Amino acid sequence: MKKLLLTTALVGFAAGAAQADDVPLGIILGFTGPLESITPAMAQAAEMAIAEVNESGNFSLGTVTSVRGDDGCIDSGMAVATAERLVTSDRVLGIVGADCSGVTGAILQNVARPNGVVMVSPSATSPALSTAEDDGLFFRTAPSDARQGQVVSDILVDRGVESIAISYTNNDYGAGLADSIQAAFTAAGGTVTMVASHEDGKADYSAEVGALAAAGGDVLVVAGYVDQGGRGIIRSALDLGAFDTFELVDGMIGDSLLEAMGDEIQGSYGQLPGADNPGTETFQGLAEAAGFDGTSAFAPESYDAAALIMLAMAAAGSTASADYKDHVMDVANAPGEPIYPGELGRALEIIAAGGDVDYVGASAVELIGPGESAGNYRELEIRGDAFETVRFR
Amino acid sequence: MDFLNALVLLGNFVLIPAISYGSQLALGALGITLIYGILRFSHFAHGDVMAFGTMAVILVTWWLQGMGVSIDPLPTALLALPVGIAVAAGLLLGTDRTIYRFYRKVKAPPIVVVMASLGVMFVVNGLVRFIIGPDDQNFADGARFLFTVRDFKEATGLDEGLGLRWSQLITIVVTLAVMSGLFWFLNRTRTGKSMRAFSDNEDLALLSGINPERVVAVTWLIVAVLVTVAGTLYGLDKSFKPFTYFQLLLPMFAAAILGGMGNPLGAVAGAYIIALSEVGVTYAFRKFFQYLLPESMEPSGLMQLLSTDYKFAVSFVLLVFVLLFRPTGLFKGQSI
Repeated sequence: MKKLLLTTALVGFAAGAAQADDVPLGIILGFTGPLESITPAMAQAAEMAIAEVNESGNFSLGTVTSVRGDDGCIDSGMAVATAERLVTSDRVLGIVGADCSGVTGAILQNVARPNGVVMVSPSATSPALSTAEDDGLFFRTAPSDARQGQVVSDILVDRGVESIAISYTNNDYGAGLADSIQAAFTAAGGTVTMVASHEDGKADYSAEVGALAAAGGDVLVVAGYVDQGGRGIIRSALDLGAFDTFELVDGMIGDSLLEAMGDEIQGSYGQLPGADNPGTETFQGLAEAAGFDGTSAFAPESYDAAALIMLAMAAAGSTASADYKDHVMDVANAPGEPIYPGELGRALEIIAAGGDVDYVGASAVELIGPGESAGNYRELEIRGDAFETVRFR
Repeated sequence: MDFLNALVLLGNFVLIPAISYGSQLALGALGITLIYGILRFSHFAHGDVMAFGTMAVILVTWWLQGMGVSIDPLPTALLALPVGIAVAAGLLLGTDRTIYRFYRKVKAPPIVVVMASLGVMFVVNGLVRFIIGPDDQNFADGARFLFTVRDFKEATGLDEGLGLRWSQLITIVVTLAVMSGLFWFLNRTRTGKSMRAFSDNEDLALLSGINPERVVAVTWLIVAVLVTVAGTLYGLDKSFKPFTYFQLLLPMFAAAILGGMGNPLGAVAGAYIIALSEVGVTYAFRKFFQYLLPESMEPSGLMQLLSTDYKFAVSFVLLVFVLLFRPTGLFKGQSI
């Protein structure tokens, strides 16, 4: 027992002594709560990037370590307490996180800004975060939902659509998306005849469709869920002959839609996040070798979030947030050598030699505006019995 | 021509959907009103018994489909109806035997029986989810459309089209058949007359030698027919999901109360009023008036009284008004 205590104390001391060269990063995700099924892969992806940097031996500022923290996804109190602990007692120098939009905003305002710590969220998509006060500390490798609105508008304009009606699922996702689609399409000179919500889980949507049909429009934009009200709206619109062509948001893309009414909605189109990026496949290979699922939602974005922090530190030659926060955009965007997953060691070499890198990573990172992913989308069209990729946007 | 267009438009978006929805509600509301008239309590488990009977129909339909049985263009589910009715009847008679009969014997106040039916509701609710799951189930087959909007436009040359689905036609025909059968039974047969007598005055009915247990059993059997047919038609026309059946409870009660509790004719009228106002009040009439009015008077707004978000509020507003100003319902039912 005495020996054990002694060893523990020694290990503790050793750890304390080593701290000078340690670069701890916080990984704050909702390990409990509504996203708990996808967060383990997200954390493993971030830790894989950290391990890759350490193994390369090219990171001159010390050994990067990781500290996990749970934000509960929808529990702001818990998220702030966790972040507070990681920043003040574990002394993390950067945060990969948080995951859900609400807790991300809470941590940003209550912990990251007061303590001056950089945060890179892999999965917060709320448009509100684009305009939040962040002192230049907040970035995200996920696109804002406002971006999808722009993409929808571009697709419609390119296809010569002049007027649309929008039906959205009555929650934050649907309402935010409907707002951004309406704003973008109106700005592009189109007419939005009606924006109406629908409730999920109802059996009958003929009243909703009746109102939309009365308002008219060339195309019905359905911002909902494929296995919920969104499908009901399309079914009803087809039955009543109200609309023939539909624009489907990411939540509406699913094989169950094709099974249910594939031959009736030929030529309808939509979009899904995705990029024509060789890095995605490389990342999936690396993830498989590391023993987790690289196709899991937001895992690529998590890898990229951790990689961006470390590359920015290397570029700044400092682990202090105040120094490296200005380098995040530089390493993420052109000009420079494109960097894919598994090439972090090479990237560090280039940076050490004074060169410039353009981090592409697993999710084709391109940061715009206030430091958020530009968001790449795949435009799809229903042809035959499949969604076929038309082009990337 | 414009007048015809306006009529077709209204028919496609308001009348046909409202009439088929109203028919399904009417069958459900008839069951509620019968139970209230004869057993004298509000049957809260109604929506879930409906789901239970429909579930049995779906399971048998799947089995029939697996055997390759088909009556195209009619849906196979019609063949499975008798089995579903038998299962629902078994459930209703079983709950009556084990639960409601006890409360009848001790002459418990109606509110106690209502609470017991609430308990039954939760149990049946759970049973349905346990057996078939909480998700949407698809069991419709056969032809979908009698004629589509496009067919109609091509045939008539009008600008507006009218579509009619098989499920809607079946709903209306079956509802008419079941309702006329029920009214014939209640007015013309000895058992039906004894049921009405029992409903009017229980003591007098007992004195004249009517067997109360028999009246109760017949009532449950009729209710089993009504709920299973209503549930199956609703499922064929829309989709089967246990939760939506539970939600149907509210418009069905609204219809029964609107028409007057215990009055079968009232329940039918109430159901169509509820359905028409749910669809009609939230419909945007702009196009309709564009056809009817001269160009100078064309409306620029949507002409929508209420946003569709408030669809479900409509039946409650009607309900509140009826309870405030005419507590016995539009057609003299019993006051509640």
